[in-house]
Amino acid sequence: MNIVFCSLTIFIMSGLLALSLNRFVKLANYIGAIGAVCACVLGLSSLFIVYNSPGCAELSIPWFVPDGSLSVAIDSLGALFLFPIFILSALAALYGAEYLRHYYGKKNIGSAWFFFNLLIASMVLVVISRNAILFLLAWEMMSMSSFFLVLFEGEKKEAAQAGLIYLIAAQIGTLFLLAMFILLSKDSGSFDFPGSQITAPGFLHSIIFLCALIGFGTKAGFMPMHIWLPEAHPAAPSHVSAVMSGVMIKTGIYGLLRVINFLGTPCVWWGWLLIFIGIVSGIFGILFALAQQDLKRLLAYSSIENIGIISMGIGLGVLGMSMNNPTLIVLGFAGGLLHVINHAFFKGLLFLGAGVILHETGTRKIDLLGGLLKKMPVTGFCFLVGAAAICGLPVLNGFISEFLIYFASLKGIFGSGITVFVCLGIIASLALIGCLATVLILLIAALRQMLLKGRRVERVLTWDCGYAKPEARMQYTASSYVQPIADFFRGILRTQKHGPKISEYFPDVSFFKTETADLFSETVFRPALKFIHRLAERLTGVQHGQLHLYILYILFTLIALFIWKL
Amino acid sequence: MEMPIDFVIVTVLLMNLMMLSSSRIRTCIQIAAVQGILVGFMPVIIDIHSILPGIIIISFFSIILKGMIFPGLLFRALREANIRKEVEPLGGYPLSLLMGVLMFALSFWLTSRLEYAQPLISYLAAPVSFATFFTGALIIVSRMKAITQVIGYLVLENGIFLFGAVFLGAQSFLVELAILLDIFVAVFVMGIAIFHISREFDHIDTHKLSELKDLITKK
Repeated sequence: MNIVFCSLTIFIMSGLLALSLNRFVKLANYIGAIGAVCACVLGLSSLFIVYNSPGCAELSIPWFVPDGSLSVAIDSLGALFLFPIFILSALAALYGAEYLRHYYGKKNIGSAWFFFNLLIASMVLVVISRNAILFLLAWEMMSMSSFFLVLFEGEKKEAAQAGLIYLIAAQIGTLFLLAMFILLSKDSGSFDFPGSQITAPGFLHSIIFLCALIGFGTKAGFMPMHIWLPEAHPAAPSHVSAVMSGVMIKTGIYGLLRVINFLGTPCVWWGWLLIFIGIVSGIFGILFALAQQDLKRLLAYSSIENIGIISMGIGLGVLGMSMNNPTLIVLGFAGGLLHVINHAFFKGLLFLGAGVILHETGTRKIDLLGGLLKKMPVTGFCFLVGAAAICGLPVLNGFISEFLIYFASLKGIFGSGITVFVCLGIIASLALIGCLATVLILLIAALRQMLLKGRRVERVLTWDCGYAKPEARMQYTASSYVQPIADFFRGILRTQKHGPKISEYFPDVSFFKTETADLFSETVFRPALKFIHRLAERLTGVQHGQLHLYILYILFTLIALFIWKL
Repeated sequence: MEMPIDFVIVTVLLMNLMMLSSSRIRTCIQIAAVQGILVGFMPVIIDIHSILPGIIIISFFSIILKGMIFPGLLFRALREANIRKEVEPLGGYPLSLLMGVLMFALSFWLTSRLEYAQPLISYLAAPVSFATFFTGALIIVSRMKAITQVIGYLVLENGIFLFGAVFLGAQSFLVELAILLDIFVAVFVMGIAIFHISREFDHIDTHKLSELKDLITKK
């Protein structure tokens, strides 16, 4: 435990040091990075110690907050999440030191490192804390520090917008978590995390579970609550996106598992709900990933898809818990948790690769990219490996965890009743996701170039723009590559095509543009926000700028409260 | 009932009404000052048989501050900012008076429902201190000028002081000191701010300050 505290201290101290040495850009950059790496290595070493002697990993001291103590602990569940956090963060910090060099003089390097180290420290604290208040504090610290990192290029309009969306989503999530912890403390009588309880599932437990699902699901990116992901990930610097997508959203999964652990035997419908959310997130996530033109946005949607897969695994495990089926429990949870670790690594790799591509080419638009495997063989190869892993192709790690989930649902089929359909649904959707994901890696401009190997590159007439010798295999852009699938799912994707209709023989200058807005943000959140905005506009009469009346409001409130309390 | 206490309390109440009906800022400041001095004597009058040195110090400071320093600062602001001498109420003096009386009735009703820890020294003390508090608030709300708002603040503080002196005894003075300090800072800042506002905008009407409010989206 002491080692973990040392590591936390190093995170914060190096962050502060980087912040205070902001004027010496180089020094701040190196101190921030070295501090993060050292702290991560220390943290990792503590995990090994915990692994060898599980008894020593608890600490509980009284503190000023009522109803509970300042208690932290590392158990096997926490260690499982700490492992990718430390490794990926260390790698991302190494990468970030190089990445941020290009922002010398343009950006505030010291504060970037401060928030990055704070983000890692707060993630660690989230995982080790055993008290609701401490947990929420760490959770908010995590949201805030990542918010400031998303705003790294805040002078860009889209980054500012993304930051705002992220902030609001994070706050809504925290609101539900607050409600959840209050209900939980009502149940257990203290803000300290209770041990595992074996109680009959009651109404209150279901409410707690739903609050946890919404609160943690917002961070994790379950499908209706996912809208901040595709905005925030492209806006953040690449090493931050890697950490955010690789491990930060997994803290949502961690929280959900922790709460399920508190609640004893779960209801059957919890498992179904998780599986349903998993299927929706998985299929819709990958479909929207297909339709994206922004590389990092695509990866963000792919994160949603993977969270969906994890949610399916956990859902199967919960189903197994409620039906008392040990095989299902082991396979489901193992698959889900293994996918947490796997996704952290290959998504981290992909985001770091995307960062390199962004840095070298200056664009994130996939349609403008192509032939990168030739120009950047190392990056291309790494990206290809990551892409193959994320598709769940055999030999690579993604395959193992998805296979476990397949296997769990196969086991579930031999159950009875509705479970069979649920499991069949999982298998079908996993297959669909896998298939679509395989299409996706082909999309990343890489394989097209591999096909070109051994063929001649010809020069033809200037004026036919490459159309002189068309072939069935040729693709105009990456978008045209996925166009058949995108058209097939146009009912869901609602891709809008813009461009003039060509009717004459000698048309004018023409253009063609497609854009795919997020289904949920268009159909659910935008109308809801519009409605709230309209309601709020009616209230603007209250804000008239008359100081007297403002004071009158305060006075009335005070008197009303006073009378109410009499 | 003890005569001197009730005498002071009734005088405080009458001063409230006077303040609401007077049209001159100068008079208002004077009344607030005298009220402050009267209220400042309250702790001494209540514990006339066993006076602690602490109480005398508190009384002394509050009288000095409210009776001399605050009015002095306000008069200076009045002079330097070149303010017109009228109070300019919203809705006229009769309405203010009526509101003041209504407030007094409300405070009677409110205080009749309170439960007291100690036996009462005076039945009038609680309602009047509430009424003073409300009068201060009323002056803040219904008067145009920034300087009258400072006066309202002072009256409000008098109400709090009266309540504290009558009901809480010596313990309340820690709180009281803190509030006094707040008021002191407020008067100080307001004095400076009023001077600067009047120099920049040629007036200190707070309702014209609404031009500085946040932009509200207009459709």
